[in-house]
Amino acid sequence: MAKNAKATAVTAPKPSLAKRVRNMSDTNLLLTITITVFVLMYLSAILFLGSGFLKPQMFLNILNENAALIILSCAMSLVMITGGIDISVGTMTALVCMSCAVHLDYKGGNVFTALLIALAIGVGYGLVQGYLVAYLNIQPFIVSLAGMFFAKGATTIVNATQFNVENAQFQALKSKRIYVPGLGSTNKHGIYIPAYVEIGVIVALLVVIGLFVFLRWTKMGRSFYAVGGNAANASLLGINVKLTKFTAHMMCSVIASIGGFVYFMHVGSGSPSHAAGAEMNAIASSIIGGTMLSGGVGNIAGTFFGVLSLSTIKNIVSALGFDEAWWTNITVAAMLCLFLVIQSIVLKRKTNK
Amino acid sequence: MENDVLLQLNGICKYFPGVRALHNVDFTLRSGEIHALMGENGAGKSTLIKVLTGVYTKDEGKVRIEGKEANIKSPQDAQNVGISTVYQEIALCPNLTVAENMFIGRGKGKITNWKKMNARTTELLTSLGIPATATQQLGSCSIAVQQMVAIARAVDMECKVLILDEPTSSLDENEVAKLFKLMRDLKAKGVGIIFVTHFLDQVYEVCDRITVLRDGQLVGEYVIQDLPRVQLVSKMLGKEFDEMSDIKTVDPEAEDIKVGTPVIECTGLQSDAGIKPFDFKIWKGEVNGFTGLLGSGRSECVRSIFGADKVIAGEVKIDGKPIKIKKPLDAMKAGIGYLPEDRKLDGIVYDLSVKDNIILAYQVMKGWNHPISKAKAEEFAQKYIELLEIKTASSETPIGQLSGGNQQKCILARWLLTDPKYLILDEPTRGIDIGTKVEIQKLALKLAKEEGKSVTFISSELDEMIRTCSRLIVMRDRKVVGELNESELTQNKIMETIAGGES
Repeated sequence: MAKNAKATAVTAPKPSLAKRVRNMSDTNLLLTITITVFVLMYLSAILFLGSGFLKPQMFLNILNENAALIILSCAMSLVMITGGIDISVGTMTALVCMSCAVHLDYKGGNVFTALLIALAIGVGYGLVQGYLVAYLNIQPFIVSLAGMFFAKGATTIVNATQFNVENAQFQALKSKRIYVPGLGSTNKHGIYIPAYVEIGVIVALLVVIGLFVFLRWTKMGRSFYAVGGNAANASLLGINVKLTKFTAHMMCSVIASIGGFVYFMHVGSGSPSHAAGAEMNAIASSIIGGTMLSGGVGNIAGTFFGVLSLSTIKNIVSALGFDEAWWTNITVAAMLCLFLVIQSIVLKRKTNK
Repeated sequence: MENDVLLQLNGICKYFPGVRALHNVDFTLRSGEIHALMGENGAGKSTLIKVLTGVYTKDEGKVRIEGKEANIKSPQDAQNVGISTVYQEIALCPNLTVAENMFIGRGKGKITNWKKMNARTTELLTSLGIPATATQQLGSCSIAVQQMVAIARAVDMECKVLILDEPTSSLDENEVAKLFKLMRDLKAKGVGIIFVTHFLDQVYEVCDRITVLRDGQLVGEYVIQDLPRVQLVSKMLGKEFDEMSDIKTVDPEAEDIKVGTPVIECTGLQSDAGIKPFDFKIWKGEVNGFTGLLGSGRSECVRSIFGADKVIAGEVKIDGKPIKIKKPLDAMKAGIGYLPEDRKLDGIVYDLSVKDNIILAYQVMKGWNHPISKAKAEEFAQKYIELLEIKTASSETPIGQLSGGNQQKCILARWLLTDPKYLILDEPTRGIDIGTKVEIQKLALKLAKEEGKSVTFISSELDEMIRTCSRLIVMRDRKVVGELNESELTQNKIMETIAGGES
């Protein structure tokens, strides 16, 4: 490998594809694979399943349906890059929904204070989980497992049954549609239907862009990768590992609480069963997006495409007529396996030098 | 040479549970000097370095940098006061690019400037002739390149004190030459360099001063011209060169052993543990030994014979017949027994009883589907408890409750039970009392003389080696550098061979 490196350094302004792949960082290679798979999948859906997938609204609906999941997955990717995990984000979303719903309808609060409540839950989670993981050195899985059960219980304490929020201000926000110019379509009666996205999608895109910039250009963001790659060595390189881990968990929880609020805006109700299993979908999306469970490798753009891939495959499966839930589950399982195999090959590439 | 003191350590103590790693160590580094820190493995070099770089916090003592007391609590603190370090193991992040590894954790500001960083890295890589590109992922570089990147990082940090903790073990001659040139350049600029290495040649090539540690204590600080190699080795081993002229009577019968086919014959054997290929022979009824400083590759040699490390080259013949040893079980079946160096880690099964520990190897050889009956196991255990005089309440006592020496005897019993032709005893007497030591030495000799077994004995204590072995294979820097026969076995001769070069 040293020989190869020398060759690329001295000669070859345009190295061969194989060599370029070999010199690519794991993060970028996995990102490329994810995006390629998504594009191929979507193209073949258009080709074989016809015009449904061609409508821009079909694509935008994927975003509308999954805005909250995108945000949760981004939050998950942050801790996964540092080598951790946070399985509390799903039930925390339910807690956020229920707290905000009760606040709006029973306590007569407004949307702004509801958002503050959501963020407060996030900060609280971040403080406790971050402290336990970073400074007491407890396994993130165990810490967030406790966090998961706590949120589950707390949601029921806040309110045990499902109810729809009727607050007028909130309803206005929930049904607000942002029209995307130029992407509308005409229905069979000749009426133009403009394409739209919900507010949550805008929030999700801002989160994706913000975190992408954070991970790529800030020193703290780069520390996430260093700590995930090798925490002991990162410390020797002069990185404050504890602070980095704490920051990752804090950011994860706060962003997840924003995701929870976006979920709330999408469903407009509070329920103890909201977002059940969302943490698992977030983990799956992160992995499909090229984040490694072992840490140090991952990309927010990849996570974004991971969520899209996951929901596109679900759409494809139901468009093929396999409507039952188990078919989608099995497909997701297969897809996860595929990406885990790809990751292990990438890891092997690293050792086979 | 300038004489202003850059770094001063006074009375440094560091304790780990049950171990005194450093006791009252002083160390002085002047600016513009290359100072070698020497000692055997476990002498406390690495602990001292880690105290200095903030990985460990010291329990007692003072660190002064340019006269001011420094309180170093973390690697960041160390970097901030101008100490940069290249560690023995590569302490970089393999998932980041070469450039990031050079710059992460350094400098002010919150934003990464990729362009500037990559440009500066390319400059550094070119000036040091490192065959890597700035944007390459570090994990895809060879170990040597990674180590050079670590060195480039440390050098670029404008440090006052540069610590090199065995940086050369993964480098080839060319790269070592580059490193030495770099060290001399930095020295000219007034940087103080602490150089830890086990290569004696390298010490005498670049260093100005030597500080020797032994068993966590300071032996002394010497100017390099005043300390010839043999003296250095004797300081590291803790033996005075002059006292070592004891005479050994040569047993005329001993020479007769080396006839016929050797029991074990290895040619060009090499394992992945980093030893140079070596040849080895042992005859029936012979006791020989590997000697050298700790870390010179003694254990690695015998481990490769036993198949405990992955063998990558060479062949082994037993009684003249070639045999493939891929794993320890192959070696056991071929009649080789190995008493490992680290009793706690590789030897005893702490919670099992004395009996279960004794029958373990025999059971493994028979296979698990041929269980040894309880009565039989008890009989074996009793036999060896009596034979080796193992002091235990009963054969059912958990081995963890026994003293070190008795644990060692149990492991010895384990191997004797398998009735090996060839027995390797790696540091069998370490950490046990003098009485048991002598018993084990006698037992080794008895096994060879009376039962015709071949025994390889490894010990850090030279007099013990001289007493037990009739032939010594001397190692230095992971290479076999000499073989001494019975008539040459004096402490002086052995130390001269270990030290190498002109004395």
